[in-house]
Amino acid sequence: MNEKTLSFYDETHTVFGHHENKLFQWIFSIDHKRIAILYIIVMFLFFIFAISIGLTMRLELFYPGEQFLSPDRYNQAFTLHGTIMIFLFVVPGIPAVFGNFLLPLLIGARDVSFPRLNLLSWWLYLAGCLVALGSLFIGPGFADTGWTFYAPYSVKTDTNVIFALTAAYILGLSSILTGINFVVTVHRLRAPGMNFFKMPLFVWGLYSTAWIQILATPVIGITLILVIIERTLGIGIFDPSKGGDPILYQHLFWIYSHPAVYLMILPAFGVVSEILPTFCRRTIFGYRSIAISSALIAIIGYLVWGHHLFTSGMSEWTKIIFSFLTFFVSIPTGIKFFDWVATMYKASIIFKTPMLWVIGTIVTFAIGGLTGITLVTLGVDVHLHDTYFVVAHFHYTIFGGVVFMLFAAMHYWYPKFTGKMYNELKGKIAFTLIFIGFNTLWFPMFFAGALGMPRRYFDYLPEFTIYHQIAGVGAVITVFGILYMLYNLLTSIKRGEKASANPWNGTTLEWQIDSPPPLENFKNIPYVDFEPYEFEKGKPKYNLYNKIQGVQDEK
Amino acid sequence: MKNNTPEIIYDKDGNPHEIVDFNNDYIASKLGFWLFLFTELMLFGAMFLVFAFFFYRFSADFVTASAGLSILLGGANTLILLVSTYFMGMSLINLKNRGIEECKKKIYITLILAFLFLLIKLVEWSIEINHGIYPDSEILNAKEHGVILFFGLYFTMTGFHGIHIIAGIFLMFWVLRNIKKGKINPENHIALENVALYWDLVHLVWVFLFPLFYIIGIGG
Repeated sequence: MNEKTLSFYDETHTVFGHHENKLFQWIFSIDHKRIAILYIIVMFLFFIFAISIGLTMRLELFYPGEQFLSPDRYNQAFTLHGTIMIFLFVVPGIPAVFGNFLLPLLIGARDVSFPRLNLLSWWLYLAGCLVALGSLFIGPGFADTGWTFYAPYSVKTDTNVIFALTAAYILGLSSILTGINFVVTVHRLRAPGMNFFKMPLFVWGLYSTAWIQILATPVIGITLILVIIERTLGIGIFDPSKGGDPILYQHLFWIYSHPAVYLMILPAFGVVSEILPTFCRRTIFGYRSIAISSALIAIIGYLVWGHHLFTSGMSEWTKIIFSFLTFFVSIPTGIKFFDWVATMYKASIIFKTPMLWVIGTIVTFAIGGLTGITLVTLGVDVHLHDTYFVVAHFHYTIFGGVVFMLFAAMHYWYPKFTGKMYNELKGKIAFTLIFIGFNTLWFPMFFAGALGMPRRYFDYLPEFTIYHQIAGVGAVITVFGILYMLYNLLTSIKRGEKASANPWNGTTLEWQIDSPPPLENFKNIPYVDFEPYEFEKGKPKYNLYNKIQGVQDEK
Repeated sequence: MKNNTPEIIYDKDGNPHEIVDFNNDYIASKLGFWLFLFTELMLFGAMFLVFAFFFYRFSADFVTASAGLSILLGGANTLILLVSTYFMGMSLINLKNRGIEECKKKIYITLILAFLFLLIKLVEWSIEINHGIYPDSEILNAKEHGVILFFGLYFTMTGFHGIHIIAGIFLMFWVLRNIKKGKINPENHIALENVALYWDLVHLVWVFLFPLFYIIGIGG
């Protein structure tokens, strides 16, 4: 066909000067696609690190009693696992990697609104990561408070809490800047003709997420700083001996951190809504309801933080109100689920790996979501609070929802990122392994939790042994599956077949340009006057490839 | 590579549509900065929330403690910031009207007022510290809970506000340098506009801090 076109791997813009050095061309690049790749590299290094800590904890728990982790070390291990997974991996996760790479592609823009700010976000992210990592080696060791840093313990403990808090603060700043960038990009740079209801649904997810990042993250920022001030200066606001109130910390913390779980899941929902129409070969059912439910989840998500404090001490009425508000979140979420299932109903589904991940997620996230409703029921929560039930619920939603969708996105957009195809069979094997391992790992915890196994303990009573051992086996399978998946994706960069511009017959704009995309994406920006997911006889209705390239149609 | 004529594309009916150039987008810069100001509001908002919570719990102590602050110095600072925002706003109007020299002069006046604010703040803080009132001091810890918290919040919140003033001073120097280089000029004034917005926010936060820390003590 055409002569070889230069992709963004071959040329780039940098923030200052024209560097000969290849490394500088990457770390100073202001191209949104290169920044996305910078993110994914750092993120996955930390992901593997945090997985190995998780596996270590599971092995420690394989038998009752102390094996090779002392109780204090165990406390530090789950804090490290939680902090890395939440602040370094899942929160930046889909927005930073796939949002950065795809947002401009999906709305027909050449870059984000503030490319230099985008690079700054990555540098801040890296700085935050290094500070967190540094606290492992400097001073009295990593924090042992749990990733929630509850006062007064976080004020009193001898471990290196200040480093961890500073890291979380810097990461929050990076997240805020990304959010500002995305909101402005969506408002300013949509291709002409594309109104809000012609945007792909992933963009809706990112847009809602960005608002949460802007409005909620500053609250956690100041809360963490208040803990730092409390530790260093002793102003007393979280210290009961000076009239302060530790519960106040919990409120401030969850005002951010509960919206933050929606911040994690909304882009993941967006990924589902992209993958489903492509592999069902039909438009998505209820486009508007999915789009608006994203925004609704973001709004209601602000008003539910109190359900983390049911056993901490709140008035009965407050508890009832928070409980009801939390039930409401399940309505927009349910709308999405029914829309997805309706999209699949009577469609000729093509079972490629991304589609398998989506279907797997619909199962696991449904379990995670429904157990959430169990947890927010007032009386039940008193029994289940701080047990393995919560741990299982949390991992079913975040791992089984967000991270599964991250994996789905990695397969779905793999050809667009690399210009190659991954090995389909190996991809499916990896999915099967992880799916089985995941359920073996966390499903028994629902039972253990309901029977009273508390979370964050390095030891347990002998009658819980069987649950921990099943979970241990599941953990090994899961880790093996993840490594196999990464192996498949990494080796396919070299060995994979060359991918065409549109290997999946997708309809959205990123499939209308070369894989990998050229620098500044669109040679000619198209006029978008159609819905994002229109198929005709199993093929995308509109093919704009030639138009964007500026080539005349050969009709 | 980039020229100033906007790129135009046509829809099916032949109507022209301008493509927004992401490199030079005045509205985006302004929108982005407003969003940033939202984050600042949330940051201070959380602290005001903490203040409200403890004020509700220890109203009497807060009033007593507030009476110990010098309303004269606080009031002087309020006036200084009020006047400084006037000059900041005028500098922008001057720049838009191509009066670059007047613009620079007004930024200098704003800078002097900002330093004056910090100086008065320093005097206030040192008065309190000389009286042995600072976080975790023995004298303060011996007082009632509400008083401890009042001064804890006082130092935290005015401290945060002070950091914002200092950041504003750096921004003004940065603006002055760029005006000299010609990067900020009557056609491209978004940077000064955003700095002026920021300065308004810093002033506005003080407008809320002043009554909460100084005025509640009157008659207490």
